[in-house]
This record gives sequence, C-alpha cells and structure tokens, in this order.
Amino acid sequence: MLKPKSQSHYVGPAVVQDIVSRTLSVLVDNEPGVLARVIGLFTARGYNIDSLTVTETEHEKHVSRITIVTTGTPAVIQQIKHQLERMVPVHRVLDLTVEGQSMERELALVKVAGKGDKRIEALRMAEIFRANVIDASINHFVFEITGKASKIEQFIQIMTDLGLIEVSRTGIAAIGRGDAAM
Amino acid sequence: MGSQQMNGAEIVLKALVDQGVSDIFGYPGGAVLPLYDAMFNQNSIRHILVRQEGGAVHAAEGYARSTGKVGVVVVTSGPGATNAVTGLTDAMMDSIPLVCITGQVPTHLIGNDAFQECDTTGITRPCTKHNYLVKDVNDLARVVHEAFYVARSGRPGPVLIDLPKDVAMAMGTYIEPKHVKPKHYSPQVKGDSVKIEQAVKMIAAAKRPLIYAGGGVINSGPQASKLLRQFTKLTGFPCTLTLMGLGAYPANDKQFIGMVGMHGTYEANLAMHDCDVMVCIGARFDDRITGRIDAFSPGSKKIHIDIDPSSINKNVHVDVPIVGDIAYVLEEMLRVWKAKAPTLDKGAHKAWWKQIETWRKKKSLSYKKSDTVIMPQYAIERLYELTKDRDCYISTEVGQHQMWAAQFYHFDDPNHWLTSGGLGTMGYGLPAAIGAQLAHPKSLVIDIAGDASILMNIQEASTAVQFDVPVKVFILNNQHMGMVRQWQQLLHGNRLSHSYTESLPDFVKLAEAYGWVGMKCEKPDELDDAITEMINTDAPVFFDCRVAALANCFPMIPSGKAHNEMLLGDDVSDEEVGGAISEEGKVLV
Ligand SMILES: Cc1ncc(C[n+]2csc(CCOP(=O)(O)OP(=O)(O)O)c2C)c(N)n1
Repeated sequence: MLKPKSQSHYVGPAVVQDIVSRTLSVLVDNEPGVLARVIGLFTARGYNIDSLTVTETEHEKHVSRITIVTTGTPAVIQQIKHQLERMVPVHRVLDLTVEGQSMERELALVKVAGKGDKRIEALRMAEIFRANVIDASINHFVFEITGKASKIEQFIQIMTDLGLIEVSRTGIAAIGRGDAAM
Repeated sequence: MGSQQMNGAEIVLKALVDQGVSDIFGYPGGAVLPLYDAMFNQNSIRHILVRQEGGAVHAAEGYARSTGKVGVVVVTSGPGATNAVTGLTDAMMDSIPLVCITGQVPTHLIGNDAFQECDTTGITRPCTKHNYLVKDVNDLARVVHEAFYVARSGRPGPVLIDLPKDVAMAMGTYIEPKHVKPKHYSPQVKGDSVKIEQAVKMIAAAKRPLIYAGGGVINSGPQASKLLRQFTKLTGFPCTLTLMGLGAYPANDKQFIGMVGMHGTYEANLAMHDCDVMVCIGARFDDRITGRIDAFSPGSKKIHIDIDPSSINKNVHVDVPIVGDIAYVLEEMLRVWKAKAPTLDKGAHKAWWKQIETWRKKKSLSYKKSDTVIMPQYAIERLYELTKDRDCYISTEVGQHQMWAAQFYHFDDPNHWLTSGGLGTMGYGLPAAIGAQLAHPKSLVIDIAGDASILMNIQEASTAVQFDVPVKVFILNNQHMGMVRQWQQLLHGNRLSHSYTESLPDFVKLAEAYGWVGMKCEKPDELDDAITEMINTDAPVFFDCRVAALANCFPMIPSGKAHNEMLLGDDVSDEEVGGAISEEGKVLV
C-alpha cells in the first residue's frame, strides 16, 4: 500500500499513500455532547466523514454506537482510531473494514413522482430491488429500500430518470459476523 | 458516613478537599457566587484571587507543573469562561493537569441567551481533555472526583466542569472518592514486553545512538527522570531534551548535549540528524523539533515511548512504538537491559562521541560579548550563575528571551522550568511564576520575561502583592517584540512592521505603582550587583534589564530546513540571514 517516492520512509510529503475507505464502529457513553466531540475531532483535524449514524444501542448502560465511514491514507486512518480511542467517553473503536467479516446496510426512503410508463417502470424496478412502497398516490410513490450503500446508489440512479423527487438516507449501520460482540 | 446531604457548592468544596486540594485560583461572578459563599466559612482551601481569569489558569498551570499536582481554577460563566480559554488550550497543548470549574446560568435559562451565558462546554470541547455540564446535583460529587482522575491519568490535561447556579444551590448527596467507581477510561501504563525486548535489542546494537526525551518524562513524575538518568548512565549514550523536557536530565552532565530543535544546539541537532538509533522518550516529534520532515534523521531506526498512542506515528514513522507510562517502561527496559547485559559496540560509540565533541567545539551558543551594552545571553548567564545554588524555579513568557532562557539557564531537576511550549502563550510567565511561588514559598521564583509579553498579564502583579508572593520578573528589555523582529529580518526584508513598541511603560514606576520593588540595569558591569540585590529582596521585584535591542537568537534552523542546514550566530552575515528562508519556508510558522 505504501508507495514511497524517495528513500525516506516517513509519513510526510515524501510518501504517497493510497486513499482507502474504512468503516469504524465506535462505542461511546451516551452523554451530552459526545457526538459533537466526535464530529469536532474530524473537523478540527481535517478528517473526512462520508457517512455517520448514531443511536443508543444499550439503553441500560447508556451506550451508543457510532458508525463512521471515512476515507484517508492508512496512516490517517490509524491516527483517527487513536484520536477517537483517547476520548474519555469512548469505550472502543473497531475498524470493521480491516477486521473483515462485517456487514454494512443502509436504509433509504425514495420519493418518485410521475405518470404513465415511467410510473410503471418505477414500480417494476422497485420490485427488482425489493423496495417496499410505504406511501402512494396516483401521482407518486415513496419506496423504502435497504441494502448495501452501492445497491441504494444504483436504485437512486435509476429513479433519477423515472421522476425522482427526493431521497432520505440513514447512513451506514455495520456489524461484525459471528456470535461475538465488538 | 459514605454519603451526606449538602448543597451543590458545598459538595464541590468537600470533593476538592477530599481530592487533596489546598489551593484554588479564581475570580468570582454572579454564576459562581454559591461556590464563593461556600468558601467564605472554611479554612481548608486557600483561594487565590487573580486579576483576570486567564491569569488564574496560567497560575494553576505553574502550580501544577512545579508540583506534579492537579491545578484548580474557579471562574464565572460567560466572560469568565471565555477568558479561561487561552489557558485551557495552553494546558491542553502542554499536557498540564487542571480542573477548571466554571459557573453557568441556571439550568432553566440555558439556551436562552441569558445574561453572561455562553456555551462553555461547546467552546471548550476542543481545548479540554474532557468537560462536563452538570445538571443534577446528585451527579456532582462523582463528576468532580472523575474530573481529577481524568486530568491526571494517562496523558494529563485540563478538565472543565460547567456548574449551573441552581445546581450549586440545590441539596444533594455527597459521595466520597472511594465510593466512585472509576470510569472505563484507563490509559495503558505498562509497556508491551515484546516491544520492550525489541527496543533493548535495537538499542544494544546501535552505533550512533541518541536519547531524545521530552515533557512526558516530567509528566510521568520524578521517578521517570531518575530512571532516565540511570538509563543514560548505564548506556553511556548522548541525551538531548526538548523545550518541555528541560530538567528531566541534568543540563550540567557531560552526556547532555543541549536542547534540540529550532533553537537547539548544533551538536544536538546534528546528532539527531546523523544518529542510527533514536530513543524518543515522552516527546512528540513536533515541527519545532523535526524541521523539514522528509529530511528528518533519515538514517535512524526510531523507538518511541509515549503514554498517548495518538502521538505515535503522527508526524514521523517509528520502528518500535511502546505505549505506556515512561516510568513503567523505563523501569522494565532497565530490568531487561541488566538481565541481558548486552555487549555494546564501544569502538563505534567512541567514534560517535568524538564526532559529537567536534560539533560541540563549534560552540553554537556563542555570541558577541560587549562591555557597553548588556547582551541578553549574558544576562541569562549571569542570572544562572548567581542563582544556581538556590532552589530556583524559572518561568518564561514567549519570544527570544524564552529561547535564551532555555539555552543559558541550566536545569538539573525536573519541574523547575515552566514555559508555554506548545501554544507559545505570551503572558504565561508572570501568573505561572505566582502559582509556582505559592506552592514553593521558600524557593526563588523568577519569570524571565520580554518587554512585550509581560504586558499581556501585567495585572497579576497585583495578585502577587495581595498574597505576599515575592516573585521576580526579570525583563530582557529590547524594546521590540524581539522574536517577531528577528523573523521579519529573516523573512520579510527587515521590514519591521509593528514589532517595535514605541511607548513602553517605565517598568520601575509601574512596579512601584503595584507595590513591587522596581529596579533597572543598563550596564554589564553593574549587572551582578543588581541581580544579587534582586535575589536578596524579600518582595516581588521587577527587574528592567536593558539589553541590546537587535540581538538575534541563534542557532536557528530556519523554517522548512533540515537539521544540517542550521544557521549559527557567528558566521552569518545580514545577507545570509535575509536569504535564509526559501519561498516555501516562508509559509511555515
Ligand atoms: C498571545 C500571543 N500573541 C502573539 C504571539 C506572537 N509572538 C511570539 S513572540 C512575540 C514577541 C515577544 O516579544 P517580547 O515579549 O518582547 O520578547 P522578546 O522576543 O523580545 O524576547 C510575539 C508577538 C504570541 N506568541 N502569543
């Protein structure tokens, strides 16, 4: 992954690293300001956030799970992990992409309006993508679709030509396979 | 007796007492009045009334840095909190343990733009290690105890507690520290033994080794400094320190090769550039140390010991990272070293030392002496000679004087050097000196200051008088913002844009107005007597030391240059100084 331009093996201008995408799962105390803290870290240090989801997942323990999809060089991703880990309310940080064996899903609500052939085609495509109709009139549908981000991208792409009005996406939720917790 | 009923303010005070706090630095205001009321009828805690909240934080920093304890600050909401922000950021950058309690408007007014309301936790989130807004009085004791734990554990730092006025007045239950279960926050203190073995092996095989230690050694505690000495002695390696690390290894020892970095010695910087094994102990490879990053110590294997994993591989790739508390890791390294009793390449080390000695012979700290004007370097040399036999704490402001103090005042013990390294905050020195003096009433405490910096927190002179704090302020008065002027000379064709202070106060009169003793010295041959008089004055003294106006601080690694491209004082002409920094270097700070 490292492609040094010169002899030097230091992180810095002399080293070119590929940009990679990573999904991080961050377990935090669900206390006021915790999300601002995490987001503030990303803006303050110039890291990217491509997707972010957060909800309390263990109510008795007041623990939330934040799932962040970020991009950066492997060195930057390593820094992000360490910077997150040293925050007081952070219990654990797991790089789900590196651990492999993880699944990622996203949910989107997609509103499409149109008449005639386009309307029929939209409904047909929705069936192919296993999207549910959760609201409809003679002028429109609202589809609910779940899956990998790439599948949702593709569905939205198709709907663009068929009368797409608006989209709301949850961002990515991710979890490791198997019977163990993170 | 595990729990008792009292109001929020009393809970805070009781928690502070139970945390072993004897002094707090603060400034009152509407939102913290309940806390001040609780302070009124008690003598277990001394409150030091500063003159501006910024002063309170720096004083607490000086107190903390010189004692190893957590410094405590109390300020009011709104402007009290915002005035504290610079000090909190300073403590964050230099890893100083603080607990800062800010008053806040009552909970039902939060968010209403109430009088003296500000989003304190929002504003201070990036500049504290952690912060809390306490909305329930029954959380208060736990939060205070936890704040102390967080402030001093791992890499230390400032922790803020925002306390709404109604919570401070509500009745609640006090819980003692032993009944508070520690947070899951638990930094790794013991180093990985495999890594330690690996490090020992690498160190044993070194031909041109270098120990590079920093402020982390001081933060780890006196034991870490002791172990660093043992380790350095045992290996016979050269040792250099960062600005924040001064005192961690005795400056007068022959294995000490001076400070490293932008204004470090020639021998330290060249040793860093040419070494083959670098043992970084509690330092963080920041840009003031590394210079041009891609030319930084190109031929060395690097071992990095640090309690903060995010400091490792942040700026420079290291070969053997060891996460842990310096004292633990050094102790383990010494144990492994003694058990293995490795044979060192004595021949190579001898050659390496010979090389270092030739660099040392350059005498990179030399300067042109004068019998007519006091050279600033000379002033620090004399100050050192005349104070070295006392227990002396030195603080500084920021600028040339700070670098000269680091170069010419020699520290043999940790915790005696108080300076704003990471943030470089002018105005740090006077309040920090006051904080240190309060903790060490019998010691000599001197703020080595610049004429510009000292005016940034001059109001704290009044605090010193109120609390009988006989600190000394030794101003290297060059009538310029010397460091700014030097950079303008180096970078901007000597166009001295707004770096000359046209109407400086008469510092002697100013001192007297505050109730201090004022002194002035202009001649080199009068300096010793004047310094002696200052030392022997049992009162706060302003010493206006008039020094050469245009002296530059050398050696210097210009921004964007590598260690082996350093400028030495003696052999640079004005043209060389003018052209020393390349176009790319000019954008750097
Ligand atoms: C609060 C703050 N503002 C501005 C600066 C930028 N700065 C760094 S050094 C310096 C000049 C300091 O002048 P002086 O205190 O007289 O010290 P000298 O360099 O002359 O020794 C300035 C303005 C700073 N470090 N801190």
